[in-house]
Amino acid sequence: MSETNPHPTEAKPGQVAAAASAGEPYLVVDDLTVKFPTADGLVHAVSNLSYSVELGKTLGIVGESGSGKSVSSMAVLGLHDERSAQISGSIRVDGKDVVGLSDAQMRRMRGNTVAMIFQDALAALHPFYRVGAQLAEAYRIHHPSASRKEARKRAVEMLDRVGIPEPQSRVDDFPHQFSGGMRQRVMIAMGLINDPSLLIADEPTTALDVTVQAQILDLLQDLQREFNSAIIMITHDLGVIAEMADDVLVMYSGRAVEYGPCKEILTHPEMPYTWGLLSSVPDVSSDPNARMIPIPGTPPSLLHPPKGCAFEARCTHSDKVGGDLCATTLPDMRAGGRGQTHLKRCHLPDPDAIFTAEVLPQIAPELAASESNQSSEES
Amino acid sequence: MRDDRLVTIQAGFPVGGRSPAFQEDPLFGYVVRRLMSSVLVILLASFAVFAIFYLGPSSPAQPVCEGSGRACTPERLANIEKSMGLDKPVLEAYGTYMKGVAVGREVVIGAAEYDCGAPCFGISYGTRGEVTDELKERIVPTILIAVGGSLVFLTVGVGIGIAAAARRGTIGDRALVSGSLLVSSVPYYLLCLLAWLYLTLKTDIFPTTGYFPLSDGDPFKTFTGLLLPCLVLGVASSPVYARYSRGQMVDTLGDDFIRTAKAKGLAGRTVLLKHGLRAAIVPIVTIFGLDFGTLLAGTIFTEKIFDVDGIGVWGLDAISPPQDLPVLTVTVLIGAVFIVVSNLIVDLVYGVLDPRVRLG
Repeated sequence: MSETNPHPTEAKPGQVAAAASAGEPYLVVDDLTVKFPTADGLVHAVSNLSYSVELGKTLGIVGESGSGKSVSSMAVLGLHDERSAQISGSIRVDGKDVVGLSDAQMRRMRGNTVAMIFQDALAALHPFYRVGAQLAEAYRIHHPSASRKEARKRAVEMLDRVGIPEPQSRVDDFPHQFSGGMRQRVMIAMGLINDPSLLIADEPTTALDVTVQAQILDLLQDLQREFNSAIIMITHDLGVIAEMADDVLVMYSGRAVEYGPCKEILTHPEMPYTWGLLSSVPDVSSDPNARMIPIPGTPPSLLHPPKGCAFEARCTHSDKVGGDLCATTLPDMRAGGRGQTHLKRCHLPDPDAIFTAEVLPQIAPELAASESNQSSEES
Repeated sequence: MRDDRLVTIQAGFPVGGRSPAFQEDPLFGYVVRRLMSSVLVILLASFAVFAIFYLGPSSPAQPVCEGSGRACTPERLANIEKSMGLDKPVLEAYGTYMKGVAVGREVVIGAAEYDCGAPCFGISYGTRGEVTDELKERIVPTILIAVGGSLVFLTVGVGIGIAAAARRGTIGDRALVSGSLLVSSVPYYLLCLLAWLYLTLKTDIFPTTGYFPLSDGDPFKTFTGLLLPCLVLGVASSPVYARYSRGQMVDTLGDDFIRTAKAKGLAGRTVLLKHGLRAAIVPIVTIFGLDFGTLLAGTIFTEKIFDVDGIGVWGLDAISPPQDLPVLTVTVLIGAVFIVVSNLIVDLVYGVLDPRVRLG
């Protein structure tokens, strides 16, 4: 795919139509495919994935386990073992394609311009080194001229920056001596210690309780405003998405199935899988005795992906598509009736109407009522 | 948080009657408690060893009686037993023995009397020399072999383990694993004999094996004499360490903090050694500590085949008729002491290596 973007229907939200790479977003993932050869066959972990993130913006990636969220973002850092992963497509960071770069070249970028923070900080931090040493190591690897003293000072500064009280003494503690929330702050401090332009947060709040989760998300937003970095927020929590994201990418079975501005995706989703995700979110205002609506079935095997739409077997709306199109033909990622920035991978002819008429009354009856009033007034 | 921790530490100790040192430094208190329990274990072990031989079916007086040149009548045997104090209850005899260890004692064997200085472990029936003196001589080559052998199997074994784990799933990994499997399937005594046959007897690669005391004034000869035994012992033990450390490293390299280390931009070698090995080494050290204690208790095959007069051969000779009970007792006892002490050291080192158990 050239810079001139020959597939206008695959235009990315927020991407400037101009061909000049100077106007390109900081991170552009284009037609990324990641396969893992195993004893049982080829695992298609990520297929033909495209998205982009601009500086100062947050992209939320949602999807269930095994949908390729983490695999695709680890590919951005080149963290896949080249012996066990086949990667194709392009990942351009600041205009430079990093797919196929040597390990030495990737290392200059890792933790420096692109950093990652992981879920479960207790497991992700080394249990036997003091947090100060781990932070300082991350700093010194990209600032070889910095002395130990400077690196330590920087570590204290970062601990302070992420809101850890008494950073001067906590810097000499081990990870197990921190509480879960504080430990996740250490993880964030480590991710941000080299002022990265792109921060990939892989479920950073999964193991935390909601109050701490809110603090961590606030912290990330504050730091983003301060450093103007791009953030990729990987999560399966739509609440986190609503709070944080500018754009949303919904992944299913290794593919993008819906992609667009956050508000647009959450209010006018056009893909039945996204509807399913929204339906399965518990709502405090709803009847506590009401059952949550799960998505029936399980995702298809990544070893033998179906020929048609991967969600077809679980989709309750495929009967609205003529013939066996869903089962035989993989829909393209394309814009529907809601503008060029909202892409979806679905054959349904008028998904917005189906959402309003069938899905919305189930998940938010009062909202559906007000919408139908509006439309009746309009007509 | 720091204050919280202090409170938990103090709460860990029974209230009252503790010196301030316990409250100030939990590690100190821990060490003292572990030391005391180790001493207790050694005392119990020494009593068990003493009682087993004391109450055993063969009378220690038998070899003395038979070795005296005269006919050994039951009457004479009873006399000798009486002179050696073997007619007394086991606790009393043990008391005499332990008193000898502490302050020395007079030892009577048959008609002869010996002045045995502290620490006295008795007089050898065979040589009629003080057991303690021979122990001091014999322990040197055993320690040298244990240390030398350990150096070999730690570097070779753990090195192979790390190399295999780093190449996990490749041909190199399989070659290293099956190579070590091959070595470990040769019985140890056969390996010793083959090494001795081909490297000492038939060729001149290691012409002079055996133990030449350091007191001879030729440390180089001591070194070359023990080189082959150390190498054979080390090579024979390294497959176990290779496979164990490979397993530990493979587990560790799959841990989340390794991914974090890579994501920082660290080079592969730093990730492997500074982050991977640092975490994998803890269980390896544990196993090593226990093995090392066992090695110090004597390496019978190695000593026997390479003609080294160490603890292992000493004990082996003492158990063959005519049995030399004081020697046998001390070899078993010293083995128990080494194993208890190495256990203690492992526990203390564990606390240093893994900060999470520091307050044990």
